[in-house]
Amino acid sequence: MKAAKIRSGDRFSPHQQHNWDWRAASNFIAGGTGGGLLAFAAFASLWGTDVRALLVAGMALIGIGLTCVWFEIGKPWRALNVYRHLATSWMTREAAVAPFVFGSGVLALATGQSLFVLLTGIFGACFVYAQARILAADKGIPAWRHPRCMPLVAATGFAEGASLLAVAAPFVIPQVAGQIAVATAALVLLLLRVLLWRNYLRSLRSDGAPEGSLRALSAIDGQFLKYGNLLPAILLLVGVIGAPLASPALILAGLIAVASGWWFKYTLVRRAAYTQGFAIPHLPVRGRGPAGPAVKPGWGGA
Amino acid sequence: MTRYVMAIDLRRCVGCQTCTAACKNANATPPGVQWRRVLDLETGEFPDVRRSFVPVACMHCDEPPCEEVCPTKATTKRPDGLVAIDYDTCIGCANCVMACPYEARSIVHDVKFAYGDKPIKSEEVRFDPARIAVSMKCTFCIDRIDLAAKTGQVPGRDPDVTPACVNSCISGAMAFGDLDDPDSKVSRLLAETQHFRMHEELGTGPGVYYIWDKK
Repeated sequence: MKAAKIRSGDRFSPHQQHNWDWRAASNFIAGGTGGGLLAFAAFASLWGTDVRALLVAGMALIGIGLTCVWFEIGKPWRALNVYRHLATSWMTREAAVAPFVFGSGVLALATGQSLFVLLTGIFGACFVYAQARILAADKGIPAWRHPRCMPLVAATGFAEGASLLAVAAPFVIPQVAGQIAVATAALVLLLLRVLLWRNYLRSLRSDGAPEGSLRALSAIDGQFLKYGNLLPAILLLVGVIGAPLASPALILAGLIAVASGWWFKYTLVRRAAYTQGFAIPHLPVRGRGPAGPAVKPGWGGA
Repeated sequence: MTRYVMAIDLRRCVGCQTCTAACKNANATPPGVQWRRVLDLETGEFPDVRRSFVPVACMHCDEPPCEEVCPTKATTKRPDGLVAIDYDTCIGCANCVMACPYEARSIVHDVKFAYGDKPIKSEEVRFDPARIAVSMKCTFCIDRIDLAAKTGQVPGRDPDVTPACVNSCISGAMAFGDLDDPDSKVSRLLAETQHFRMHEELGTGPGVYYIWDKK
């Protein structure tokens, strides 16, 4: 008589993390978009675009994200301790960049100096990068520490920033050529995001990952590709070729691309965040029998 | 130098969870939180089935990822190998919880006791309000290790300065001591046996060795 393969106890397998909820996810969602928007706003300012509204929006998004995190941490009144470990902690570095974002942003708004606008954009880009490195440093979550996760998280932040600029373009960039340039930039970044996404998912499957992570990420794959990237890409193409209704197409494309980026990041930070679980390379030798085979329950792919 | 480590003989562990209970009693961890626990693993197909027990806790790594990501320096690596948390500095951001590949860390936001709102006597004695809403984990019974420095006793040999789980183990599966001392029990055990460390491929250098066979 053969029985089905006996399963390990649940506690041995990876499980979904519950310490970072929607508030932590919001920091990556809003902060990434805000940092990306500041970077592209600074870029657009080089061509004389009035980016004051974009700077305000970018800083507001970063501020919302950080506020959400503040509500999540266990000891919010000790929050300033976050600045104590600049040497190795990307969370400290993210927090350290934030005052520079807001400082230069406020100076840019107050003085109109292009130098401060550019600095705000650079610090916004640094913020996006630091956020991506926070996830990469978390070794306990295989889906985050995978080497192809960090470029994807950074790229989606910049793609969302460019997409928000596309939303604003019909209002702040009167020239058609400028709008086409924004649509092109957003399109290129969307393509980059798709490439990195496919690359990440393929590598995660081939390298092996917790089954729950693969399930959560695979569940959004089709719709993320079709509706989150292909549809806005087509709409951006309408903007690039300057067809009629280009402005509404840009706005719609930007909103869809941002929403899909947020959907991906929420999935990554919450639903796909499965722990490492436990594994043993050798079952113990008991009695006269040989050692049992290696055991790594709850992992898929590879 | 001193490097305190633990050696756990998987051949001896019977999964009795006495170490789990001893840890809970010694450290008064809240309901649902176990710094030391014993995982129960069933493998194979009938009639060739195996049951193994794997005690896990903080691995007190050589390169602790929790220490690297901690934004506050609340988590530190001591010269004797112990990974410690300063509860008065920690902000409870949970970044270390995400960084630990051994699921060793917990954060409890509300005061909870085993039987409702009021602590039982052992909880009353050991309850530490500083541990609420911050990260916590196995300390290798750090207060006992620190006591050894004052009394001259030897952790791993003298029960007063040895982690509670090791003292309680009914089958002698757990050993504790200084890896840099060739005469310590752990050094001798590791020299005589085949062993592995959990998730060694991640480069964390865990300080817990699992013995699975003789040499």
